[in-house]
Amino acid sequence: MSSLRGANVSSRTGAAFMTPAALLIGLFVVFPFFWIIAVSFSNRSLLGANALHPQFVGLKNYLDLFDPATFWSQGGFGPSLWLTIQFVVLSALCGQVLLGLVLAWISRELSPRAKSLLQGIVMLAWILPDVVVGFAWFAYLDRDAGTLNQLLHGLHIPAADFLIEHPFLTICVFNAWRGAAFSMMLFDAALQSIPPSYLETADVVGASSWQKLRDIVLPLIRGHIVTDLILITMWTFNVFTPFLLTAGGPSFETDILPIYTYRIAFKSFEFGKGAAIGVIVMLINLAFSLVYLRLAQRGLRAGRKT
Amino acid sequence: MASIQLDKIGKSFGAIDTIREIDLAIGDGEFVCLLGPSGCGKTTTLRMIAGLEQPTRGSIRIGGRDVTHAQPKDRNVGMVFQDYALYPHMTIADNIAYPLKVRGVAESQRREKTREIADVLHIGELLDRLPAQISGGQQQRTSLARALVHPADAFLFDEPLSNLDARMRVEARAFLYHLQRSRGMTAVYVTHDQAEAMALSTRIAVMCAGDIVQYAPPLEIYRRPATTFVAGFVGDPPMNLIAAQATRSDRGIALRGAGLGMSPLASWPALDRALDHGDRVTVGVRPEHLRIAAGDDASNEMRGKLYANEAMGPESLVTLCLDDGVRVTARLFGDAPVRVDGEVAFSFDAAQITLFDARGMRIAGPGETPST
Amino acid sequence: MNRRTLLSRVVFSVCAALLGAAFALPLIWFVFAPFNAHADLDLAFPAPPTLVNFARVFANGVAVGALLNSLLQAFGTVLLVAATATLAAYALARTPLRGKHVIEYVLLLFSSVVSGSAAMVPIFLIVNALGLIDTQLAVILVFAGGLLPTAMFILRDFIASIPRGYEESALVAGASPWRAFVDVVVPVLRPGVTIAAVWAFVQVWGGFLIPFVLLRSEQRMPASVEIYSFYSQAGTPIVPLLAAYSALYSLPVIALYWYVNRKYGFRFFGGIKS
Repeated sequence: MSSLRGANVSSRTGAAFMTPAALLIGLFVVFPFFWIIAVSFSNRSLLGANALHPQFVGLKNYLDLFDPATFWSQGGFGPSLWLTIQFVVLSALCGQVLLGLVLAWISRELSPRAKSLLQGIVMLAWILPDVVVGFAWFAYLDRDAGTLNQLLHGLHIPAADFLIEHPFLTICVFNAWRGAAFSMMLFDAALQSIPPSYLETADVVGASSWQKLRDIVLPLIRGHIVTDLILITMWTFNVFTPFLLTAGGPSFETDILPIYTYRIAFKSFEFGKGAAIGVIVMLINLAFSLVYLRLAQRGLRAGRKT
Repeated sequence: MASIQLDKIGKSFGAIDTIREIDLAIGDGEFVCLLGPSGCGKTTTLRMIAGLEQPTRGSIRIGGRDVTHAQPKDRNVGMVFQDYALYPHMTIADNIAYPLKVRGVAESQRREKTREIADVLHIGELLDRLPAQISGGQQQRTSLARALVHPADAFLFDEPLSNLDARMRVEARAFLYHLQRSRGMTAVYVTHDQAEAMALSTRIAVMCAGDIVQYAPPLEIYRRPATTFVAGFVGDPPMNLIAAQATRSDRGIALRGAGLGMSPLASWPALDRALDHGDRVTVGVRPEHLRIAAGDDASNEMRGKLYANEAMGPESLVTLCLDDGVRVTARLFGDAPVRVDGEVAFSFDAAQITLFDARGMRIAGPGETPST
Repeated sequence: MNRRTLLSRVVFSVCAALLGAAFALPLIWFVFAPFNAHADLDLAFPAPPTLVNFARVFANGVAVGALLNSLLQAFGTVLLVAATATLAAYALARTPLRGKHVIEYVLLLFSSVVSGSAAMVPIFLIVNALGLIDTQLAVILVFAGGLLPTAMFILRDFIASIPRGYEESALVAGASPWRAFVDVVVPVLRPGVTIAAVWAFVQVWGGFLIPFVLLRSEQRMPASVEIYSFYSQAGTPIVPLLAAYSALYSLPVIALYWYVNRKYGFRFFGGIKS
């Protein structure tokens, strides 16, 4: 009945209410999506003749990206793509998701005060602005005086300039640290939605903590895990924050796709080529989003809220 | 106050007609209930009068003025919602005064009128509270006050008592009756509770599947329900309806059904005509017209197994189960215990039954001048 | 408590402590440095703790100017997003617009696809074509466009939970649809608008890439870009100043999260950060 009830705002009023938001979204979200496709077929640049009158170059930008002669060259598209995949697998899937699950599981068994302390610290890493954590890690990793090297010194481990010697590993750890809070909260909510009686039943038959996690908890929160995996992957795939630590260097060792795109478009000002990379990135995003929306809708239809 | 006319009002959602074609004339000062089960279109009809919903066809007039396409604000009606719809961020006083405020009434006058109506409704001491801080009954009266504070042409009620508990509901019902009759308000009232409709209305419009099945004063509806649907909906317990087969013989018309036995009726023109539609009829008997048959003398009786024997205090409800599984209830007045067991028979007076034809339409009685 | 549960308790506590320490370590230096007049990159307890670094920040015209720019951009975006998202969410929730569900689906899709540095390429070109490069307005508009879809969905859910009777009774009481929206919907919607506004504020306040790409002149840079250019450029002679500045810059974000957490619970806010 209620779904059949007419609305109290006419379609015309509704359209008027939509207009300001539609203009903004249209101009800065929808239009860019199509515009970038157009630009990716041109040789548009910032300065010179090609800035004012870019020429249609067909698939040249795409062919250049995948040109076997340069694909794997240093600072090229191939290494960047491969680096990004490693980055996503290590920092997002192994790092954030696993860390989030462990944190949520551990904090379940802590006293309320210890739990809010632990979660508070993890949350802090998540909510601080990008440049502040960038600066904090910059100081933390300093070769001579940074907290990490002081600590290693105390443990009689030789100091290292991590941003120079292990840049990729560093940004992986950094990203895992930065984003674990989201997975932790998602899993925390998921764990709280499991009726305590389920786990108490397992306690009664003498299951260990590990057995409870494996046999009861993980199957029950499978939906949450899938949601988390997709969102985290998508975000990590687009994250620009490592730029604040390494700017993609040294010698392209942390040149993940978002940084690569930025470098091509806004350092070399090759907009055409940058747009072609952007289109590829967006298509990958689109694939993830479609999978996510499909899953989310199925979840909603089943009456389950994630 | 003003009259309301609905002229061939209909509403469709896509291919589905939720309201088929309704004609309804409500006189000035009348209290009309739209009664029916949920989904029958009664709320949609009310909302179309309020202007919250647009009819697909037909016209609506309030006080002779065509308001079919007018906005709600231009119809000058007051309305009470099922969930009261009190604004949680406004005090009781501000809630009540809201219709005055949007009409630009000066603040001092607003306060005066709010105080006046609040006193009538006994919520004068709650004016500074918020809706969340008062009881359900008080909220109900607040929403009533908000509807009444401005002199509207008509008042619309959408199941206003359904969120109250049973005792409060009866109390609020009498209060509404008194209020409407003493102020001479024109009121349209939606309910699925037949007792509310009987108690309050000057006329009831019984609705079913988007149509008005009968529009008449309460007692007329009670005594002469137009269809088996109305008969089964009005009255508590409702009219007993028993399927029967009519056979003509030279002694009259005999009605036979499972467990039902009647002496033949002397036919009359309306019955003759009705039987042309088919020999299946429905015999309706009000529970209060049944009594326990004494011995075997009864010529009109229903016989079956005892199903329930409920002593309510001033009356007893005795229910028996006929051979085909249909249950029949008798209402026996008085607080004396009813001693029955096993097979029971009810007897009744043939003059007090209502007959319905094969289509479920009431067959006019022998002494009646058939209305159209 | 038997031995096994005791053992598992101990294991859990040790794990929790180690994890907590690992998460806290990168930030410990940051807790002390702002209050240390001679802070360097080594971890040192300030002796004595002082607020002199903060005083120096406030005396620095560039630093204060950048904070003001951040404020301007954040408030500008919040106002724009709150106003337009409320209107649009109301339309989504309450009007019989055809294809509403398609609009919602497409919006969700676009807002998650068009993001990050890939989206900056066409956005830069559009802003350039509009002649808005190096203007605060460009930063505000681009942020607003990107934040709007999510803000709309937050608010649409809030509006959907408001009984229709609220507006309907206002309409019958004599109010125009616009009046009913302003008198009844907006006040009832305040918690939702607060959440969406706080969320948008935090996004813009911490945002780096958009102003970094769209702005040129130093006098328009927000604090985020300013801090980055300070610590990424040659040497670190101004560590104490920068530490205090970063602390100051983080304060609104921490305060807002704390406020929302206390009032509505983190969980609510959690899912919508990114």
